[in-house]
Amino acid sequence: MTIREIRDLLDAQVLTCEQSLDHQVFSACGSDMMSDVLAYVKDQAVLLTGLVNSQVVRTAEMMDMVCIVFVRSKQPTPEILELAKEAGIVVMATKKRMYEACGKLYHSGLRKTDSKGDAGAAQ
Amino acid sequence: MSEAVRFHFDVDGENFTSAGEASVAIKKTLRQMGFSPDIIRRVSIAMYEGEINMVIHAGGGKADVTVDSEKIEIVLADNGPGIADIGLAMQEGYSTAPDNIRSLGFGAGMGLPNMKRYTDSMDIQSTVGKGTTITMQIRIA
Repeated sequence: MTIREIRDLLDAQVLTCEQSLDHQVFSACGSDMMSDVLAYVKDQAVLLTGLVNSQVVRTAEMMDMVCIVFVRSKQPTPEILELAKEAGIVVMATKKRMYEACGKLYHSGLRKTDSKGDAGAAQ
Repeated sequence: MSEAVRFHFDVDGENFTSAGEASVAIKKTLRQMGFSPDIIRRVSIAMYEGEINMVIHAGGGKADVTVDSEKIEIVLADNGPGIADIGLAMQEGYSTAPDNIRSLGFGAGMGLPNMKRYTDSMDIQSTVGKGTTITMQIRIA
């Protein structure tokens, strides 16, 4: 799936790095706890979260993620967007809630989880 | 490389927003030095968790990274409250972080276990009331 398809499925607004929309991604995770993302996620390229602060971008950067989706209409601050730009991470915002956003992506084929099988779970 | 390369960072304990800056810098440097993505990710996650810990618990501290021909060593030293029971602190899910930290997405009790998980060795020296020094190594050869 491309990041562009994620945008379309979630009816999301792209806020940074629009030039990377054709980047292919194969997996995603949803969590508001960055500690858990750092603990359980492996090779997930997309992070869906309702948490909005600069550590979301840093966490994604540490995990080599390429796209962050802010759910529930959360709007990141200019500082957060600047950090994401520097890291080359696509940021988008959707009105959908976590459960629905994860469900739509999963249903459309973005479903690979890591070997533990627990990293794709939405909170 | 024949000689060890050293990096030093002061981790600001007053500013949660800037926590992680040292890890981002190390990540970029290791990439420029040509390390594999797996090594880079392990170093940066372990150091990032440590940085966050120093900001949450210890009012900041110092981070020193040394790269030699065999390993990458990360030393995180703070003058915080220390860890009373290291065994307990190493348990996944055990956390003494206040609720406001949880609302920031941390404090799930995964920091120290994660640091151990992503490194080849981890040593914790801690004295209650004086501070904590954590030494982590990741083998590269």
